Amino acid sequence: MKEKQITDKKARTNTIVAFAIFFVAFGLGVAAWFWLKKLPKETGTLGGTQMPLREGLNFNEQVFGSLFSQNKLVKTYAASEAVKQVRVNGNVGMKPPLDSAAWKLQVVKSMGDTLMISMEDIKKLPKMDLVFEFKCIEGWSQKTWWGGVKFADFIKAYGLEPEAKMTYVGMVTPDGQYYVGLDMPSALHPQTILCYEMNGKPLPINQGYPLRLIIPVKYGIKHIKRLGTISFSNKRPRDYWAERGYDYYSGH
Amino acid sequence: MKKIRIKHLLAVRWLHWLNFPILFVMIWSGLLIYWANDVYAIKIDGKTFISFFPDSFHKALNLPFRLAEGMAYHFLFMWVFFINGFLYVLYTLISGEWKYLVPDKRSLKQAWQVLLHDLHIRKYEPPFVKYNAAQRIAYTAIIFMGFGSILTGLAIYKPVQFSWITWLCGGYKAARLEHFILTIGYVLFFLVHIIQVIKAGWKNFKSMITGFEVISTDKPVGNKINTTTSPDQPNKVV
Repeated sequence: MKEKQITDKKARTNTIVAFAIFFVAFGLGVAAWFWLKKLPKETGTLGGTQMPLREGLNFNEQVFGSLFSQNKLVKTYAASEAVKQVRVNGNVGMKPPLDSAAWKLQVVKSMGDTLMISMEDIKKLPKMDLVFEFKCIEGWSQKTWWGGVKFADFIKAYGLEPEAKMTYVGMVTPDGQYYVGLDMPSALHPQTILCYEMNGKPLPINQGYPLRLIIPVKYGIKHIKRLGTISFSNKRPRDYWAERGYDYYSGH
Repeated sequence: MKKIRIKHLLAVRWLHWLNFPILFVMIWSGLLIYWANDVYAIKIDGKTFISFFPDSFHKALNLPFRLAEGMAYHFLFMWVFFINGFLYVLYTLISGEWKYLVPDKRSLKQAWQVLLHDLHIRKYEPPFVKYNAAQRIAYTAIIFMGFGSILTGLAIYKPVQFSWITWLCGGYKAARLEHFILTIGYVLFFLVHIIQVIKAGWKNFKSMITGFEVISTDKPVGNKINTTTSPDQPNKVV
């Protein structure tokens, strides 16, 4: 450690300056904190949080979204490792009784015409089983077993390639109460499935019968249950939890 | 005149003090996130010994139902935490300050002696330069802990894109627990640090702000004694 001689005056001045800077910096930090806390929350599709925090989430989406590759697969497990008691965490969009006989998946094509697809037709497409660690945004996770049709296969089977060139997919429950927005690369990930089976049996009602989304590259909030309508857009579609301050991307 | 010792470099002081609010925001927002799945506890024989955390703790700190807020803060300030830590490590390496901070082969034994000394069991403290052996271990360990927090954090934040990190941590659930344990580690470090700072006294604390510590002061007893003028050098002060 260096030692040196300084005058009393210099020692005093240096001390005062250092403490002044310390307290000013501390004050600025506290002021910035209260400024951020008092900022009104944004509204709309990217709502529920203050602008700088939302900018942070969107910045992260750009940084980590750029690492995303459809070749990176989510780790899978044997069906025997899947839990039998699958956790049920939400029922928004599933409150009205379901008329399963009348249920059809609506796919809104770009020109305004809508496909109405029955469950029988969806089941005709190649089926895929997937056991993976389902991750809830709350922090818990479970190894669960799902079965259905790969979303990318579904797109091809119904000639939706032009729509799949857009930036986002929006999915909504039949009652319009729950809705998610997905970036296209994640939606077309080879492990994203339109799911109609859990543990080798048809989906239970509380898990989204007759059809739900399983998208292992996202948190559970994006795995919409009881699918009603699918649409495509270059603008971010509405997202239930993003409107409430959560990260729109919510991807892994 | 004062004889001073330059104790803490300007950059080290800034990075140290900046880390205080940054770590505070990270721990606070981490608690907001953790509340949503507050499953950890220390159980012995099926009996809960310590629960992380009791409801009263969550309520007292106003943590419940603020998951989205916690995540938004955590994932913004993670960058600040990372950049600050990165600059600190870089600076200690370039400035050579690391030589005072990294433990050597005697440090473990000496740290034990320091501990005994601090607990008033042992009378003499082993000699040291700038930081004692216990400080060297603690200040180096905290860097590794920071590194661990970034790794385990990435493992739970992007377990698909960084699947190899998640694998290194022993899986998603393990990474979350490790991330939590590291946080408890920071809190314990902080408590010991505060106690030591209080024990070391005002002069030591002041040097972390000013950078220097006064070793001795030459007090002029009186002008007559200290100042002599000779005819050929009338302005020379002896």
